[in-house]
Amino acid sequence: MTDQTPVLRLEDIVKTFPGVRALDGVSFSVLPGEVHALMGENGAGKSTLMKVLGGILQPNEGSIFIEEEPTVMVTPAQAKAKGVVFIHQELSLADELTVAENIWLGELPRKSLGRVNWTKLYDDTNAILKTLNVGFDAKTRVGDLSIANQQMVEIARALTVDPKAVIFDEPTASLTDAEKVVLFDVIADLQSKGVGIIYISHRMEEIFKITDRISVLRDGQYRGTLTTRETNEEDVTKLMIGRSLDLSRNESHHEMGDVALEVRGLSCGKLYQDVSFSVRKGEVLGFYGLVGAGRTEIAETLFGLRDPSAGQILLNGQEVRIKSPIDAIANGISLVPEDRKGQGLVLGMNCRDNMTLPQVDDLTAGPFVSDGAEVAIFDQYRDKLDIRTPGWRQTVGNLSGGNQQKIVIGKWLSMRPEVLIVDEPTRGIDVGSKSEIHNLIRDLAAQGYAVIVISSEMPEVLHVSDRIVAMYSGKVMREFTSEEVTEDSLIQAISGIINGKVA
Amino acid sequence: MNKDILLKQGAIWAFIVVELVFFSVAGSYLSVSDSAFMDFDNMLLLLKQSAPIGIIAVGMTIIMINGNIDLSVGATYALSAIVLLDSMTWPFMQDLGDWAIPFAWMFALTTGIVLGAINGLIVWKTGVDAFIVTLGSMLGYRGLVFMYNGEQPTSHLNWTLVDFAEAQFLGLHTATWFLLGATLLLWLLMTRTVHGRNAYAIGNNREAAVNAGIRVGPHFLWNFMLIGFLASLSAVVFYSESGSVNPNDGMLYELWAITAVVLGGTKLTGGYGSIISTLGGVIAIQLLRKGLGHIGADTETVNLVIGLILIAVLFLDRQLNRKGKEELKT
Amino acid sequence: MAELTKQGIGRILAKQGILIAFVIFMIGFALANPRFIDIDNISGVIRSSAILGVMALGVTFVVIGGNLDLSVGSMMSFSTIVVLDLHDKIGPTLAIPAMFGLTLGLGAFIGFLVGYLKLNSLIVTLGMLSAIHGLTLTWSGGQNMDIADKEGTWFSVFGQGEIAGVPVPILIFAALAIVLSLVLSKTPFGRKVYAVGGNGKAATFSGIPRARIVFMTYLISAFCVACAGLLQASRSLGSQNTVGQGLELEVLAAVILGGASLLGGSGTIFKTVIGVLILGFIQNGLLLMGLAFYVQYVVTWVIIILAVWLDIAAKRGRLWSQIA
Repeated sequence: MTDQTPVLRLEDIVKTFPGVRALDGVSFSVLPGEVHALMGENGAGKSTLMKVLGGILQPNEGSIFIEEEPTVMVTPAQAKAKGVVFIHQELSLADELTVAENIWLGELPRKSLGRVNWTKLYDDTNAILKTLNVGFDAKTRVGDLSIANQQMVEIARALTVDPKAVIFDEPTASLTDAEKVVLFDVIADLQSKGVGIIYISHRMEEIFKITDRISVLRDGQYRGTLTTRETNEEDVTKLMIGRSLDLSRNESHHEMGDVALEVRGLSCGKLYQDVSFSVRKGEVLGFYGLVGAGRTEIAETLFGLRDPSAGQILLNGQEVRIKSPIDAIANGISLVPEDRKGQGLVLGMNCRDNMTLPQVDDLTAGPFVSDGAEVAIFDQYRDKLDIRTPGWRQTVGNLSGGNQQKIVIGKWLSMRPEVLIVDEPTRGIDVGSKSEIHNLIRDLAAQGYAVIVISSEMPEVLHVSDRIVAMYSGKVMREFTSEEVTEDSLIQAISGIINGKVA
Repeated sequence: MNKDILLKQGAIWAFIVVELVFFSVAGSYLSVSDSAFMDFDNMLLLLKQSAPIGIIAVGMTIIMINGNIDLSVGATYALSAIVLLDSMTWPFMQDLGDWAIPFAWMFALTTGIVLGAINGLIVWKTGVDAFIVTLGSMLGYRGLVFMYNGEQPTSHLNWTLVDFAEAQFLGLHTATWFLLGATLLLWLLMTRTVHGRNAYAIGNNREAAVNAGIRVGPHFLWNFMLIGFLASLSAVVFYSESGSVNPNDGMLYELWAITAVVLGGTKLTGGYGSIISTLGGVIAIQLLRKGLGHIGADTETVNLVIGLILIAVLFLDRQLNRKGKEELKT
Repeated sequence: MAELTKQGIGRILAKQGILIAFVIFMIGFALANPRFIDIDNISGVIRSSAILGVMALGVTFVVIGGNLDLSVGSMMSFSTIVVLDLHDKIGPTLAIPAMFGLTLGLGAFIGFLVGYLKLNSLIVTLGMLSAIHGLTLTWSGGQNMDIADKEGTWFSVFGQGEIAGVPVPILIFAALAIVLSLVLSKTPFGRKVYAVGGNGKAATFSGIPRARIVFMTYLISAFCVACAGLLQASRSLGSQNTVGQGLELEVLAAVILGGASLLGGSGTIFKTVIGVLILGFIQNGLLLMGLAFYVQYVVTWVIIILAVWLDIAAKRGRLWSQIA
């Protein structure tokens, strides 16, 4: 393997932004037919490195070699022409346009007078789609496709040229397990054609399943490359965060109180049906299922953002009707939403204002907001949750994902809720902060809060939950206690396979 | 899915039919004039009167499909008109006789292209939002209009030009031909060419377009030049006939053009829209103006009705796109 | 280190560019014509900016809340015509509250459409611009409106009176600016306006009644428009139907000049006042130099583009950043 010519080689890449050295002498190489994982915490420089490779950013120092030819790429289009294709994490498709127009975006085939050569466009596209074995054709409007199929369109883009290296940036973030299989097939196929693959992901199980080598970045610096077969998760993690990580299952059970929240036969149209569960004070109830199984929608209903079509919600044994987040908050229900930046925070506001936002009406002196009361609350929860920020004046948008999430959690804790719902608590948060958030959730339960955790990551659900509700396609499939749950039974339940008792 | 497209693109034409029926029926009871509303000559006149706003509106469609907006078209229109009429009084132009006409047209159209290019360049090179850029140039260009001839009107009548502008070919007026021509060309541009498809892509997902190597800045520049050209074409067609321009002419044209584009169903955020539907929007507005006059309503009610219809369209669009009770209440 | 300081200075320059430009501009004009900084002249400028200024205060709330209001100009024409018409019919004491009531009603209608029905504010207020214009024409029958007894009415006090040597319009502008500035920067309501404009979804997810806040911003805007209409009517005691035409965009220009982002969530009343004053002093300075009023349009254009450009350049750290 070592005597092959690398398809792509980076040498001492340096990229600086005003005041920051985002990449500091990064070197690594990708061999033909290799799947090379690139790992690192958020902010370690992965995205910057990929942007440099994809021609979106220019390095300040260092050189890029494609098949040992020194290369300069100034635009994404140039990079693509040289055989380096970047498949973005966030889908970058125009959903009003057809599949064909999206695949050939920026390079539509032309006839005279700048006209589009539609025949060639559709023929070429259908040829590519055939190799991917998908169930839609070139003229389909992208907006009418499922997320997974849109991802396939993204991948099809890579095949319009003869790619030498393909960069996948968190390609499985929004895919179901079945769809992942298709993706991995495509990757294997590219691999067999001698294409080098750079694969970025936070998900260890994927990394160990499909990659050959793993390179790790930390703080913009190259930390080393491991051969996947000869290493394990712990070593990789150590390299990424400089220490090892605790990934055990939740064993600690403490005293539980009365039932805080009970839901009976709750339905919301086609989104989910006949959902019943309860959560006690001091308990963490995990919701596990695929994206689209209806978990987030249940949380939104409990928080007053959706109207249930049937069923009851009981708080401390009393039936309540929750019509808006204001009702929910008044009843002591809080929601840490799934989309932290879109729903959880006002990014342009400072830390303090974000944290006190729901209760700003109560923090007044006369008609005005009381500065002192606000700062007191912020200080208290900054210390309690160990939020690392230079001060309350810091704009929230400048904080790391983990600290942002703590601000959202602090926002609700300071309201002293009875039920705290946390949706995807660690999405987009680096490994180090993940375990901190997990410990925090366990601590909160120990203090007597009733906590509901919704997650798509199995280790997370296993790690924090006392009980786990498995959902599939809008229905509760089964409820597990942390003693009886096994990975297999959990996967079966969320895949709709009924095994044993049906909840 | 096809039903959706039919509904979206058919709505404006259905609305036009409703207007025609309403004004014909109401007109036969209330009409202040004897002629029928659906009179053929009346309809021809209507198309002609739609031309000034219409030519601008088809251009505004491509700008709005891009996700931009141009508030300066009214001022561009006025300045081009002044250049058109004033240039014919220049000494060397007068020596040319009727050959001055093509030169005057060329000067006027060049003015529009240059003003459009200024907008486009500022948007491209500074990265300031098009709304703000054109809001500024709306004031600035209007200032230029005033600086040209103070608060005085600029007049020049050239009878050859008037004859040309008043001519009818195959029954349609010159202005109508220009409107239809502009619509056809822009329709071809938007549906058949790479530039047109890129316009949709940029409005739909700008970042994706940039990453795919589409040069968004120059693309915007071209489109601003195009709408500048169309704004001055509109002026050229209209003022060839009228021969006199006030410095306040063309005010609020941007708002009428935007109204027509929105009535035609173009998405405000960009990425979706149709030139043909915009033409429908233009005709619908003109029908409403004429129709209200026909049934004897005061001219001032036109503003009221069009304003409310615009809001009603927005409301209906919202209702049609609702997902029912399951929707997230944010 | 030296490089850092240089960067810092650049950033401050860019950030406070509008204020610095304003000061340089004032000094330049003052040197060219000493009358420019004469106290009477300054007071005159502020006084003639008051109508635009009062409207800009209200629009600042709307813009920070993440919306636009293009209807303020035509709404101002409406209030002016209505109060003048009612002045002779029911007397000034009743005409003023009636006019405020009607104008607030229009504001509430817009607020309902944008806040509760969540319709696009640009198009709604564009439609209302046209609709209210029609309403005004219907009210007046297309005629100019004049007060019969121009000498004998106390109604002129708002536009023409003075208290302790200070013109009343300036006092009203100042009082409104101070009160609204406190409301925006110090009260829970103000905080919520910023939150709704900064990220409406996050505001909803924090239990803030987004619809009501947006509704309130339009009500405040309508209240300011009513005050502006009162000033206008009282100053001239007679008016055309189109007195406020085009003001909506000048108001917006002042707000943008002050540095409020059209995306919402940023801006302050103080900055808007600066924006208004800049526009006023440009106009005045150019007039003193013997240039016609319309030259200010061109200068305003250049200044708006420069101001916004410097503002975004300060945020991204460099001047030339083409949009690819």
